[in-house]
Amino acid sequence: MSTAEIHAVETDPAGATEKLTIAQAVRDAMRDEMRRDASVVILGEDVGVDGGVFRATDGLIDEFGAERVIDTPLAESAIIGMSVGMAATGMRPVAEIQFMGFVYPAVNQLLAHAARLRNRTRGVLTVPMVVRMPYGGGIHPPEHHSESYESLFLNSPGFKVVVPSNPYDAKGLLAAAIRDPDPVLFMEPKRIYRAFRDEIPTEPFTVPLGVASVPHAGDDVTLISWGAMVRVCLDTADMLAREDVSVEVVDLRTLNPLDRSTMLASVTKTGRAVVVHEAPRTGGFGAEIAALIAEHALLHLEAPVKRVAGYDVVFPLAKNEKRYLPTRDRIATAVRETLEF
Amino acid sequence: MPKTQVYHAVTERLEILGPDGTVDKDLLPELGEERVRSMYLDMIRMRAMDDKALKLQRQGRMGTWPPIKGQEAIQAGVAQAMADDDWLIPAFREHGIMWLRGVPAHLIYAYWAGDERGSAFPEGVRVFPVAVPVGSQWQHGTGVGLSLKLRGEDAVAVTFGGDGSTSEGDFHEAMNCAGVFRTPCVFVIQNNQWAISVPLHQQTASETLAQKAHAYGIPGVQVDGNDVFAVYSAAAEAIDNARRGGGPTLIEAVTYRLGDHTTADDASRYREDEEVEAWAERDPIVRLRSFLEQRGWWDADREQAAQSEAQTWVDRMVAEAEAMPPQDAGDIFTHMYAELPPNLAEQMAEATGGESS
Repeated sequence: MSTAEIHAVETDPAGATEKLTIAQAVRDAMRDEMRRDASVVILGEDVGVDGGVFRATDGLIDEFGAERVIDTPLAESAIIGMSVGMAATGMRPVAEIQFMGFVYPAVNQLLAHAARLRNRTRGVLTVPMVVRMPYGGGIHPPEHHSESYESLFLNSPGFKVVVPSNPYDAKGLLAAAIRDPDPVLFMEPKRIYRAFRDEIPTEPFTVPLGVASVPHAGDDVTLISWGAMVRVCLDTADMLAREDVSVEVVDLRTLNPLDRSTMLASVTKTGRAVVVHEAPRTGGFGAEIAALIAEHALLHLEAPVKRVAGYDVVFPLAKNEKRYLPTRDRIATAVRETLEF
Repeated sequence: MPKTQVYHAVTERLEILGPDGTVDKDLLPELGEERVRSMYLDMIRMRAMDDKALKLQRQGRMGTWPPIKGQEAIQAGVAQAMADDDWLIPAFREHGIMWLRGVPAHLIYAYWAGDERGSAFPEGVRVFPVAVPVGSQWQHGTGVGLSLKLRGEDAVAVTFGGDGSTSEGDFHEAMNCAGVFRTPCVFVIQNNQWAISVPLHQQTASETLAQKAHAYGIPGVQVDGNDVFAVYSAAAEAIDNARRGGGPTLIEAVTYRLGDHTTADDASRYREDEEVEAWAERDPIVRLRSFLEQRGWWDADREQAAQSEAQTWVDRMVAEAEAMPPQDAGDIFTHMYAELPPNLAEQMAEATGGESS
């Protein structure tokens, strides 16, 4: 089953739909929310006239003007630091960090302030902001353009962390993130920004944060993943179906708060789990998932939980990136090992 | 082709009230007897608050406290220049102005004694909580200014920081962005000469900190930070300019940290007593009292009454802070998010044995 078919069932048959890429869905979500709420503003590098290096803010400056689609100086810490000041005083900034590999200068502002202000002031000052960050590899870019740093933020309480894998979720989750009262890190899978189009509702809609989906049902083994790797998992499931292996794919969609019950229900049913992510294996979120499965579903397991992840190395340059990223074959091998255990 | 001059700048210093209490009459702001006296009373209370905190710390009733002794004129002068709706974004040596901007003093004690509720300011108090990561708050100030500008609010964001924080990248980014966006911001550097043990000349090769403003295309001015009139005048002009859409200003207020960096520091390890004594003679409170006495606006009886009143006030604040009931066992969990997520609900139950929900 393709992603388009899966999401077609969630679409209101009476409503208008259009075929959009993830990048277009992201733009539409921002456009809809800016129409709905005057306090929503976009700020980042090249988000204005250029429409963003991935065109995710394409045309927004024409509709909303330079006061709401703000090209900032080239300063990641300022983008986030200013957003904290704005969010605490009545605005809803949607900040863009052009590539997640460039988030380091802003980490102090994110961890020391954005994630903590509500708690520090016992709810008096809050930070309703979204930080959009294209993440992940597979686009043959220069250095520092391919990283997946979710673990850095999952061990830093106070954020929500959201990773869509398709246009429908991208539009609905981003709308929900912008309306959320807390800081949301929104990781966009740049590798599949324009890889495919899905038919999704033209009208604004939200997809709730903290709810996983099951885009492919199966009985033998559960693949747990998020973002761009969900596509690779679905391809693997299609391939293994020809070998009569029935794979269930769980798309977490939100890593914090985590929808533990959907994930555990699937693993309880299949008795086998393989976690797939692009970030390095050691200290990756797969380790947390494996620990949760061990804590809550150990007696249902037929085999140890396996992880297919990036290696514990610096993200390679373009010619080597295929050697780093989890592939259909690596995932299939892990599934077979799990089944043969 | 000969080289031509493409930019030239001059940085000015403002002084009005001399160490002996005499003033430059042409520059003296028209504040009137009552307001000047009230600034003096503000400064006396700040000193009393500070002295008391140090005593409490030695008795084990206060956590690590960063003293403000010697820096009272900056905080009283800037506060006097601010309007009701203006925002204050402090660093961590601004207890005086935080109180003057509406933060109840007992909350300041509570915060430094280790209670998060000390940063839960009453509704309508436009003050950010203390910012410990050095220099990070400059960025928030620019963001608050941008927010005020976009929403068309007739208010100004006043951000404080120390001399050491001007070495942080965030200082540069915040000034740069404020200049680009012409935000209604006033940035006040409390240049107290020392960032823990590192003196100013090891922070920067600049002659002044005020001159850094030139690089961001915004006005910068240096004032004698122990001269409450100079501080007030510079702040009033900058705030007025920002409110009228004229953009940001950087004010360097030159002062001296008469105390240790915090109660966990021993400044005698890195600076000479003679230096401290020389600055103690320029005490901003003594200086303003000399002025008041020369005008006939103050005398020994008033002084005694004021000191006694400040002590009573401080004692009341300590009593209020110490009378706060303990936080609930679950309070460390309940303010992380607007809604308690399932994993935190589980951890809270584990931590509290189900007492708190």
